Amino acid sequence: MREMLHGSKAVAKAVKLCDVDVVAAYPITPQTPIVEYIAQMVADGELRAEYIMVESEHTAMSACIGASATGARTFTATSSQGLAYMHEVLWIASGMRLPIVMVNANRALSAPINIWNDQSDSMAERDSGWVQIYVETNQEALDSVIQAYRIAEDREVLLPVMVCMDGFVLTHTMEPVDVPQKEEVDRFLPPFEPEVKLDPEEPVTMGALGEPQWYMEFRKQQDVAMERALHKVKEVDAEFSRVFGRGYGVLEKYGDDDAEVVLLTLGSLAGTIKDVVDGQENVRLVRLRLFRPLPEEDIAEALRGASVVGVLEKDIALGLGEGALCTEVKKLCYDYGIDARVLSFVCGLGGRDVRMEDVEHAIQVCRQAARGEKVNRTTWLGLREVAP
Amino acid sequence: MKVVADIPSYVKCRHTCEASLSASRCFRFRQLLKEVSDEELFASGHRACSGCACALAIRLALKAAGRNVIVTQPTGCMEVVSTPYPETAWRVPWIHVAFENSAAVASGVEAALKALGKKDRVKVLAFGGDGGTVDIGFQALSGALERGHDFVYICYDNEAYMNTGIQRSGSTPYGAATTTSPPGRESFGNRTFKKDMPRIAAAHGIPYVATASVAFPLDYMEKVKKALSIRGPAYIHVHASCTPGWGIREEKSIEVLRLAVDSGMWILYEVEHGRERVTYKPAMKRPVEEYLRLQKRFKHLTDEHIAVLQQYVDERWKEVFGEGPSP
Amino acid sequence: MKPGAVISEPGSTVRNRTGGWRVFRPVFDMKRCIDCGNCWIFCPECCVSRSEEGEYSANLDYCKGCGICANECPTEAISMELEEK
Repeated sequence: MREMLHGSKAVAKAVKLCDVDVVAAYPITPQTPIVEYIAQMVADGELRAEYIMVESEHTAMSACIGASATGARTFTATSSQGLAYMHEVLWIASGMRLPIVMVNANRALSAPINIWNDQSDSMAERDSGWVQIYVETNQEALDSVIQAYRIAEDREVLLPVMVCMDGFVLTHTMEPVDVPQKEEVDRFLPPFEPEVKLDPEEPVTMGALGEPQWYMEFRKQQDVAMERALHKVKEVDAEFSRVFGRGYGVLEKYGDDDAEVVLLTLGSLAGTIKDVVDGQENVRLVRLRLFRPLPEEDIAEALRGASVVGVLEKDIALGLGEGALCTEVKKLCYDYGIDARVLSFVCGLGGRDVRMEDVEHAIQVCRQAARGEKVNRTTWLGLREVAP
Repeated sequence: MKVVADIPSYVKCRHTCEASLSASRCFRFRQLLKEVSDEELFASGHRACSGCACALAIRLALKAAGRNVIVTQPTGCMEVVSTPYPETAWRVPWIHVAFENSAAVASGVEAALKALGKKDRVKVLAFGGDGGTVDIGFQALSGALERGHDFVYICYDNEAYMNTGIQRSGSTPYGAATTTSPPGRESFGNRTFKKDMPRIAAAHGIPYVATASVAFPLDYMEKVKKALSIRGPAYIHVHASCTPGWGIREEKSIEVLRLAVDSGMWILYEVEHGRERVTYKPAMKRPVEEYLRLQKRFKHLTDEHIAVLQQYVDERWKEVFGEGPSP
Repeated sequence: MKPGAVISEPGSTVRNRTGGWRVFRPVFDMKRCIDCGNCWIFCPECCVSRSEEGEYSANLDYCKGCGICANECPTEAISMELEEK
């Protein structure tokens, strides 16, 4: 059924469709409406779940870990400082191989305190062992949550999944969303039945001490699980597409395949870029949907033929002088022998609007580089002149 | 455990008798001990120090709880010594996540049991050391108590961060030497009195709070059973010595705990639905100094500091037992 | 190796025989024993047991020799003797 939904509500509806057993969440702007909608669903008896109104994000994730280990399908949502506060337990959730699904409403990190959108929060957790999916639309947010449980709970994977959606830009914006039928989702997503769980019938020990003679093997297992997750994301998306008629892949290519300038981005910014690309020659867009595990081969394939790659991202790796994704693209270009100039465009930090003119400016810089002109390796888009 | 019925009249027996000085009560102690489960749910071969009272706190709690529990445990001595992969001392389902979140994890376990319709069959038991309870785990515990989860939290209190090498915690007593509250020219050791965590727990208005001591196993196990039988959150704070941390001889770890109770340094009571009850009153109040002298962590204390502690104890004693210090 | 370092062998620390830590071993004199059970209930290693006949003994595979049992025995029925290795 097609409905006009805020991104937050689309996510809440997905949670309901997935028959989540335990939700533990703490309010934080701009994630709050997600948990408010879920609380209302539980209050109205629409969703038969235990909703734990925790006293912090650290406890939200800790409770999800406890619940997931006990065999419950769990969900939480957070943002920014909340995600940072969870940092410690994020690593434990993935290390313990618990298939928790979380929506992160992307928001800037303090200081200065800022409640608006950028993606520094989830980027800072890129090595935490969570699968990360960045969505462009509210429809994709809903669909990705459903897919996320299939991916996370697969016994070949068993990794937590973070669905990242741009705070306000998606969470507080209405879009038409096709809400799938419950029966269809039930067929697509079977109940969560873990191989091991906390149960007096068959006592197990979880979270043991891993001494030097064991620790590395478990990290390696996680790394292998990440590789498997890459295939699983594709497989699940392909099946989802067959059932529901909507698929996203691990990345989306937009525009003329032969264009020599490629812009690469994550999340909702793709919408603005598409509009710009539509009006220009010889430039195309690659929107990366799956960031962890990084689908290097797919990205390399998508970048083939490009002479300049401009990475537009809403984060800055301080001390590196460029966006985090940009560095990773440079790395994969090296690995795959792609001879393209990779430029970083830092934009939209702390909710700064990324206008069409900013994207046009980025394209202009890329074209200069393509012509062999000297350009800076990093450009901050829409930045006011500031005294150092 | 089978126990013979004849009542010995050993005078020495008195000091090990939990309930009172009378021989008949001593018989009762043995009768009650007979009812304690033989089943060991905390296995031998764990790596706790020789004479560890905290390991005993866990062993006894599990005896009281039985098999149908899920245990959560924060990072700390008891986690480290009991689960060196690929071995575990636990014969019940057990989970460790991090240092500050035993109560938070227990919240999730309890919610999952409810959601999966298993709550009536399985109990949730959270452990925590004093650091993981009164300091870093304080917020998570307060949240879990306030939310009313049906679980029991047991804080085993050895009065410092022993796992990391005896650093001061909020539960370290006045005057104690730790590696971060060392005595020196400008210091007499720890400057503060113990944070009164059981009272703080009780202030949450939860149905059951108790203090206990590993030296009083029947009292302790009775409290664990009661806590598990009551619906809603319950908190038990059990005093448990640490041989290296307190600087005591291994065989003294129970004796010193008993002296803590007999001197009034530690008082055994419970608060059930708001009603307070002292569960053990020492027949004779021993001077605090006797308790202190057994332990290296207090050996630097001067008479002046000992007097401060004695006065602190006297005031609490009066408050609880309603009388002045006995001779 | 189960994912996430899950251990599915409950009580497997019994493989770790801690008896080697011991310096003194408890020796039970059953003539003095009044069967109070203190040695059993106060053992942190869960290694003191009582036979059908009422005889107490410590499992020396695990006994770390702490001496709590001897210290808590009201009748001095347990003595700690130097382990000869």
